[in-house]
Amino acid sequence: MLQLEDIRVSFDTTTALDGVSLIADTGRTLTVLGPSGCGKTTLLRVVAGLQPADSGRIRLAGNDLAATPAHRRGVGLMFQDNALFPHRDVASNIGFGLRMNGQTRAEIARRVRELLDLVGLPGAERRAVQTLSGGEQQRVALARALAPEPRVLLLDEPLGSLDGPLRERLLADLRGLFAALRLTVVYVTHDADEAFALGHTVAVMRGGKVVQRAAPDDLWRRPADGWVARFLGMRNVRDQGDRSRVIPPEAVSVEPGDGAVVTGSERRGSVVWLRVMLDDGSEFYAVTTATHNPGPGDRVAVRIDEAAAFDVPKWAG
Amino acid sequence: MLLKHKATETAACIALVGVPAAFLGLFFVYPLVAIFHRGLGSSFPTDVLTDPATLRVVWFTVWQALVSTALTLVAGLPLVWATARVAFRGRGLVRALVVVPFVLPTVVVATAFLALLPESMQRGVVPILLAHVFFNVAVVVRVVGGYWARLDPSLWDVAATLGASPSRRFRELTLPALRPALAAASALTFLFCFTSFGVIVILGGPHFATLEVDIYDLATQSFDLRAAAALSLLQLGAVAAIVAVSSSLEARAGARMPLAVEEVAARRPRGWERPALAAILDLAALGFGLPLAALVVRSFATPAGAGLGFYRALGHETTALLVEPWRAVEYSLVYATAATAIALTLGTLAAIALVQRRSGRWLDTVVMLPLGASAVMLGYGFVIAFDTSPLDFRDAVWIIPVVQALVAAPFVVRILAPALRAIDPRLREAAAVLGASPARVRREIDVPLVLRPLGVAAGLAFAIALGEFGATVFLARSDRPTLPVAIFRFLERPGATNQGTAAALCVVLMAVTVLAVGVADRLTSRRIGL
Amino acid sequence: MSRATVVAVAAAVAIVGARAGLAASGSGTVVLVTHDSFAISKSTKAAFEKQSGLKLRTLQSGDAGAALNRALLTAGKPEGDVFFGVDNNLLSRALAGKVFDKYTPAALGQVDGYYDLDRSHHLVPIDHGDICLVYDRAWFTKHAMRPPYTFEDLLQPGYAKLTVVENPATSTPGLAFMLATVAHFGRGAAPWTYWRKLRRDVLVTNGWEEAYNAQFSGSSSHKGKRPIVVSYASDPAAEVYFAGKPLAQAPVAVVRNTCFGQVELAGVLRGARNPDGARKLVDFLLSKRFQTGIPLTMFVYPVRDKTPLPAVFKRFALPMSSPLRLSPATIGANRDAWIRKWTDTVLR
Repeated sequence: MLQLEDIRVSFDTTTALDGVSLIADTGRTLTVLGPSGCGKTTLLRVVAGLQPADSGRIRLAGNDLAATPAHRRGVGLMFQDNALFPHRDVASNIGFGLRMNGQTRAEIARRVRELLDLVGLPGAERRAVQTLSGGEQQRVALARALAPEPRVLLLDEPLGSLDGPLRERLLADLRGLFAALRLTVVYVTHDADEAFALGHTVAVMRGGKVVQRAAPDDLWRRPADGWVARFLGMRNVRDQGDRSRVIPPEAVSVEPGDGAVVTGSERRGSVVWLRVMLDDGSEFYAVTTATHNPGPGDRVAVRIDEAAAFDVPKWAG
Repeated sequence: MLLKHKATETAACIALVGVPAAFLGLFFVYPLVAIFHRGLGSSFPTDVLTDPATLRVVWFTVWQALVSTALTLVAGLPLVWATARVAFRGRGLVRALVVVPFVLPTVVVATAFLALLPESMQRGVVPILLAHVFFNVAVVVRVVGGYWARLDPSLWDVAATLGASPSRRFRELTLPALRPALAAASALTFLFCFTSFGVIVILGGPHFATLEVDIYDLATQSFDLRAAAALSLLQLGAVAAIVAVSSSLEARAGARMPLAVEEVAARRPRGWERPALAAILDLAALGFGLPLAALVVRSFATPAGAGLGFYRALGHETTALLVEPWRAVEYSLVYATAATAIALTLGTLAAIALVQRRSGRWLDTVVMLPLGASAVMLGYGFVIAFDTSPLDFRDAVWIIPVVQALVAAPFVVRILAPALRAIDPRLREAAAVLGASPARVRREIDVPLVLRPLGVAAGLAFAIALGEFGATVFLARSDRPTLPVAIFRFLERPGATNQGTAAALCVVLMAVTVLAVGVADRLTSRRIGL
Repeated sequence: MSRATVVAVAAAVAIVGARAGLAASGSGTVVLVTHDSFAISKSTKAAFEKQSGLKLRTLQSGDAGAALNRALLTAGKPEGDVFFGVDNNLLSRALAGKVFDKYTPAALGQVDGYYDLDRSHHLVPIDHGDICLVYDRAWFTKHAMRPPYTFEDLLQPGYAKLTVVENPATSTPGLAFMLATVAHFGRGAAPWTYWRKLRRDVLVTNGWEEAYNAQFSGSSSHKGKRPIVVSYASDPAAEVYFAGKPLAQAPVAVVRNTCFGQVELAGVLRGARNPDGARKLVDFLLSKRFQTGIPLTMFVYPVRDKTPLPAVFKRFALPMSSPLRLSPATIGANRDAWIRKWTDTVLR
């Protein structure tokens, strides 16, 4: 179990982490979700020992890590830009950490082969890293991070530079891998879909603070405040004073009839977002999986399941 | 392409390639051909090249350059670390100051070491090596530091999480990462030391000669045209070999590490780094400051006590020159201004040709040649080639700016070509799509974007022209001398007055140079690159 | 931009041209290009200026060798009108370089034909002297050592690091001394064997000024540390003359076995701006007035017959009767190779 207690880090003029406390459970994946600049990368660097914290405590399996330098912490780290060593081939990149641990060549070679099989690149040992595709590079970076069997694996937006389908495939692979290896993972991202897809637990960060920590379903069902709801992708969020009223998109349904007009429609893969304006002037978004949908200008009836709606503070914490 | 554009394009092509080519043909290729034709007309100088005397000169040239390079690296690397990786107050100032020695004229630095060292150590290998280190630390700091500051730190972070200790990270990552930059800096330093002239002539005494100095001696003292030509040939070959070897070394130095576009934020020193930083900065201040301070002190140390005597003497006639010494300031400024204008015109045309046209590739090599074909050869070639009517230009006023421009132009190209190349073609396309004509695109996009590097190039060209010595020493006449030549004339003559006058002129030259480069730097608010 | 550049360059060039024109004024001035050891008294200079109506300007560019070498590089476009200081050892080089115009001054008739080395009269003799090893008497007395008597003495154990010589590539005394060793040891390997043994024991300077005034212990400046120097046979007279008090014995003495004869010549530079003035100046250099002043200004001997020698010369520095010699032809044919050989043997 990785425990962070009241971590604070500030740079010259800005506060990057403002009293962060978090727990990552052993064998589970914690995703840290937040916009850029919220401090999530700094959080990873503090855990890895690359950035000293001004105050607070980090414990791994109960041991305080304060005095342990980065190279003795036994954490794995993977960056968005993969950070492969350009002067070494694939095997040498993956074996780097093992070599640092003083393992024998034979052991390293065996382990490298095992990992290449694991990440789906068998036989790539002698390839130069520049000749790999973006996806392959990320797989090598992952294998390299996994090779020394880290106690915690830290990933900083590892899929950020990949395109759609590839990203989906890798996401699925990562999920399978994390489960199969029973890894303790801290995964940082700004993409809510990624956070939901991977995390047993999702922590939402804003301005150097954790505003909410919950299982994906709980988070979706009850965001901590209006800002979180919007960040998760909810569109029917209405501010009323210091409260926000949230109507989940699934609580809004569009049927043939009257009372509203469609003002916009956008397909997002398998779902369609419809924007409708009620005759009283209020606007809502509805999600539908239908293949034939009304277009802008069409008159429709809108039904809102008021029971699913809820009130949250506009700005928690 | 429209027909009427055809003619303008041809004209532009002639201007871009033709003007630099014609200039280089007349003022570079022809003088070199003249040396070789007159010197080697009869037979190939195998005897000169295999003479033990020649071999001894070559050996000294090589080993002093090697040792100078090694010492420069040793002295420079701590400073590189301090200026590239550590954040401290005044870092910008330190970085700017470190570059200053590189633009100082060789004559000034050599004189500064004369002023600093006790008489028994003034001539010999030690002062030569010290002066070479003094100059070239700037090269190492600029080349390696610029590279180090932009290395992607995530590699080091990953290595740390994989269990690599700091020393291990330095060995396994930093050194391999810096290898291309170290190779480039070493090659440049080696080249500068290999072709060193002013430093050796002044600090070497009669005993020490590099190939460059030996060519000068043979050309001006023994009048052995054949041996001078033979050694010139050797020098040309050696420089070509150095350039070839260094670029293949750089190519083989391994995969380039990913570089950030901007400098990666340096971090504040921690733990042991703090005293180390302080020690490095103090040593650097001493190393750079002491010789220059000694020079200034010497210029005020008249036999009658501290005073302005030597400076006042600059206004009086001497028998070393046909004009009052201070007039050299005026001549130097005018020559350098003209030389800068020529070098910028030449360099800009060549850089555009290099970037735009495929035919410009060979021009790259040709433009860079004066850099390797030493200044002494150039000056000597001028004296040899332009000594008979109608090509007797030896006393023409413009000959000195021309030769200085030849020495400076390669640096201009080296700065401008990458700047031109770095202009994203999409900017031009965007402007064109928005309705700008080709000429307008040039004016609105290229010119503003190149203005800064152009200013940097102008400052450097001016400094090089001001300090040029190896070629000018052949051509500057006693009735209109340049500052370095005037300094050399006084330095050559014994006596406190002559030495003091030389020191005073050196201080003036140093001030003028730093002022010129500083102004260019201010105007362009960017540091000088190589 | 290119138009602005052209204007800037043109303006710069015009300014320099105009200033240069002012500096080297035309027919009212005559410029004498010479070496650092040239000297002329104020009154003699004034006499010339009064008599000719010309202003005399001197340009001293290093030791005689270096000065001539500069003149050779600017042959045809000289920096002055007259060059003084070519010696018998560099004569062939000067003539081959086509540096001078022919001129035969009337006063040449008053000069012994022995000194008239250039029968084409591109160059005419002005003075002569002898280059020898010179030593500091007081130093040898103080250290209870016998002063050197021959070239070979310099190789004796006690003489290590006592001698200053000039570089023959840049200095005429240095060249003369090198030729003296060739004349003494004979052509072939012997002189170079001598020099190889000597190389660690001698200090080499580029010019006579530095050797004599800065490194030699016997000069009146008393700055140097080495008691033996390659210099002029007339130095004893000079040191007595400059002592400022009567001396019974000169502070320096000459090693008479090592002396090599030297004749210094002058000529009108080809391409001189003021050729008339140049000829007047050469005439003046051979005039009684200038010749009489030579001993006490430059400490060499006048070439003009019957020029009276000062008393101090008569007592302390009579000319050598038979200095070492090499024929001008031999020197001309071998000089440059010997210089190269010497440089390689002693300096590298």
